[in-house]
Amino acid sequence: MDYSQFLAMKQEICLLVVFLLVFLNDTFLPRRSQDSLGWITCVLFALFTAFGFCPHVWNTSDAVFAGMYVSTPAVATIKNILNVGVLIVLIQSLKWANSEVQLVRRGEFYELVLITLLGMYFMVSARHFLLFFIGLETASLPLAALVAFDKHRYESTEAAVKYVLTAVFSSAIFLMGISLVYGISGSLYFSQIGVAVDITSGTGLIALVIALGFVMAGIGFKLSLVPFHLWTADVYQGAPTSVTSYLSVISKGSAAFAFLVILWQVFGAVYPEAWGWMLYALIILTITVGNLFAIRQKNLKRFLAFSSVSQAGYIMLGIMAYPHTIGIASLMFYILVYIFSNLAAFGVIGAIENNTGKVWMQDYNGLYKTNPRLAFTMMLAMFSLAGIPPFAGFFSKFFIFTGALSVGTTAIYVLVLIALINTIVSLYYYLLVVKAMFISEEPSTIATFRSAFSERLALWVCVAGIIGLGIVSFFYDSIIAVA
Amino acid sequence: MFSNILIYFVVIPLVMLGALGLCRNIRQIRAVAVTGSLALTALSVYLLVEYIALRGAGATAPMLFTGTWSWFTPLNINLAVGVDGISVAMLLLSSIILLTGSFASWKIQPMTKEFFLWLILLSTGVFGFFISIDLFTMFMFYEVALIPMYLLIGVWGSGNKNYSAMKLTLMLMGGSAFLMLGLIGIYYHSAPAGEPLTWNLLEIAANSSIDKSWQYFLFPMTFVGFGVLGAMFPFHTWSPDGHASAPTAVSMLHAGVLMKLGGYGCFRVAIYLMPEAAHDLAWIFLILTGISVVYGAFSACVQTDLKYINAYSSVSHCGLVLFAILMLNTTAMTGAIMQMLSHGLMTALFFALIGMIYGRTHTRDIRLMGGLMQIMPFLAVCYVIAGFASLGLPGLSGFVAEMTIFVGSFEHADMFHRVFTIVACCSIVITAVYILRVVGKLLFGPVYDQHHLALTDAEWWERTSTITLILCVAAIGCFPNFFADVIRFTFSPEIFTVIGMH
Repeated sequence: MDYSQFLAMKQEICLLVVFLLVFLNDTFLPRRSQDSLGWITCVLFALFTAFGFCPHVWNTSDAVFAGMYVSTPAVATIKNILNVGVLIVLIQSLKWANSEVQLVRRGEFYELVLITLLGMYFMVSARHFLLFFIGLETASLPLAALVAFDKHRYESTEAAVKYVLTAVFSSAIFLMGISLVYGISGSLYFSQIGVAVDITSGTGLIALVIALGFVMAGIGFKLSLVPFHLWTADVYQGAPTSVTSYLSVISKGSAAFAFLVILWQVFGAVYPEAWGWMLYALIILTITVGNLFAIRQKNLKRFLAFSSVSQAGYIMLGIMAYPHTIGIASLMFYILVYIFSNLAAFGVIGAIENNTGKVWMQDYNGLYKTNPRLAFTMMLAMFSLAGIPPFAGFFSKFFIFTGALSVGTTAIYVLVLIALINTIVSLYYYLLVVKAMFISEEPSTIATFRSAFSERLALWVCVAGIIGLGIVSFFYDSIIAVA
Repeated sequence: MFSNILIYFVVIPLVMLGALGLCRNIRQIRAVAVTGSLALTALSVYLLVEYIALRGAGATAPMLFTGTWSWFTPLNINLAVGVDGISVAMLLLSSIILLTGSFASWKIQPMTKEFFLWLILLSTGVFGFFISIDLFTMFMFYEVALIPMYLLIGVWGSGNKNYSAMKLTLMLMGGSAFLMLGLIGIYYHSAPAGEPLTWNLLEIAANSSIDKSWQYFLFPMTFVGFGVLGAMFPFHTWSPDGHASAPTAVSMLHAGVLMKLGGYGCFRVAIYLMPEAAHDLAWIFLILTGISVVYGAFSACVQTDLKYINAYSSVSHCGLVLFAILMLNTTAMTGAIMQMLSHGLMTALFFALIGMIYGRTHTRDIRLMGGLMQIMPFLAVCYVIAGFASLGLPGLSGFVAEMTIFVGSFEHADMFHRVFTIVACCSIVITAVYILRVVGKLLFGPVYDQHHLALTDAEWWERTSTITLILCVAAIGCFPNFFADVIRFTFSPEIFTVIGMH
């Protein structure tokens, strides 16, 4: 075997190095200097993120291990996008991870996050279902441990149990789907399945649709598409806020890209017959149900859980653009913007939770009077999620709709119209938060406080992203150039 | 980029936003607001002069002062600007109303700084919208102008403000959802097969490659999308509640300028780009706007809240704008633009006066007030003048606009148009009813509440604001030809030849 093949996996190897450095630090550093562990991780990870942007890292195309693993500019770019998100999450969670109750397990938090990220790398790079499945599991199981991180809190444990049960169940379903695919095509390579599948005979199509249904259910769980979303709200609420933000953006972003790769590369040839209509229905359900449930939420973490369910539906619109590359570009750009907007929202929630322990909508009444900057950041996040210009969310929504409409059929116009009407519903509940913070005349229950430096740093980065990512066309142009 | 004069209509508000961020006290805030809006007014007057000079020198391009700067290259999205007579008139209107609105909110409390930040952000959207000729930028500025309304009404409004703010925002955003679909649809049909697609209005109009079946779908989308903001029946219900709850300056800007975005967009996008569908489907929207005109006027007759009266009157007058645009001939369209100007100034004057009266009496219910002419003669006289402009007294702007519209509408010889013209004409009479009713009850007659006798007349900033507006209203009324000439050149004959009219 030619071991030099491993060198093609530049980002994976470097991530492993970062992981090992953090692990060694955690194990061998003297107890009293361990407070620096969080910052060490952040700096290492920031270096690693910067490394990913070097042209010779992202601008190369490789296919190794007989095509099981590929690295293209598009794949490297989505990894870079995820890196940026993880970096923000790590910075945001510094204060929480350094708090008294987490002292003993602090290192594990960073290690588990890095390992799940490695799993996600394999998900987006895999061009063979086995490698993909390994990535999926690596990304799912450590997350259950992360969800259970607040072990003194009953909700956290409950959320972890829910998460692990659903994860295992959906993995089983996914495996069932893969085995059916193998039965139909005789291969697990993405490139060979599409060629081998024969849909001209009636039975072949039925088997394929069933197989695809299983595969979609498996990934739909990761993406929390309706009707596979039932775990989302409880897990988001129960998990520590840092983990929730990680779950909602990074885990979702990687799964969305992997989903696109599978549907386009493996099943592209059978788009209209096999999965076009399935995804169509899933998108309508996801956006609508997510929105309708979000309206009634009083806990902000549950609220963002349902908001993220419906956002996943919008991300899926990029997949509907098959086979136009503008679909890939819009999907990646949407994920990028979504990372910044959602992390800004979670950053504010986390900062307030760390300082006062409050996570309910009513606690935010009159927040602008006591903590104007946090309230302003939250408002920007809400506007960006709702798609209000000149914030980045407007551009990502506009482009994802433009991408979907490039197909040009009547059905797509109807789908986009439904999605657009849903943006109005979502605007309503995002404005509820703004209303609580700015308009409500009740006295604020949250006293004025100064958040930690790490929290402010992360929020500044998010705000810069929300304002800059859309207006500065560089980001979208570079993404469309690699897509 | 900065050699183009139009770009400063966006740059100045942005600079104002930055300067407001640095302000420490209310005097500085006022200084920034007044200086900035004076600069904008000066700029738009200069633009008007330059525009007339260029047209006089024989410039025949549909848009002047054009400039294009690449933005999102892969999608061919540009920052494209350009103005014709309508845009110039609208820019002038917006800057005057922003200026008078700044004076009218001289004493706004609390959070003065935030109030002006949102107000200026709103006007950034308005100015950006009027200078854009790229559909994407246009739509972006359109939405920028809508969202500050939520906070402006929600925080500084009065009455049932939470409900009104949410209703207004959701309905207008609902309209823009249809609009977004329509615009992206236009983009994908903007050029013949094989040619690069474009968002540029002029190029799309020149290509005229949207085939008829698509026009039938995209025209209603865009027309309804903009029509919601133009208070078209049955999508007008946000307007009375929103205007009634909004603070004075916001009512002025919203009724005076924002509602014009609707009419302008209907003309500029829906009709200009899809004339065939406009010709075939105009009857549906003529019925709806006809209902707006009459229904708005009748509703105004039975209201007792001053702001509701004026809001319903706005529904009626803005309905007339859309009604005239749908007549698809030069005379009526010129009238429509005149009506936009006239209504913008007049309704801003009304809302400013109502705000000033409300600030003194703390009620807007006409049943609880009377004899204000004895107490605050200046404001009362201004109110009478505004009322006369509204009911179309010759010499003021309303008469010219409505006259032109109805002459243009009557050029259609068929029964359908005739009937609807006559129905819409009736609104003039109904307008007279509700205006005179208010004037009689509110200003003349005995003083209703003895406490009102202690009230004072207008302060200097209030006088500045109202006198400016009255002068503008009178200017349009006295020199209609000047404005009609500025506007008339706009209607490039091509779109009317497409649909077989003049």
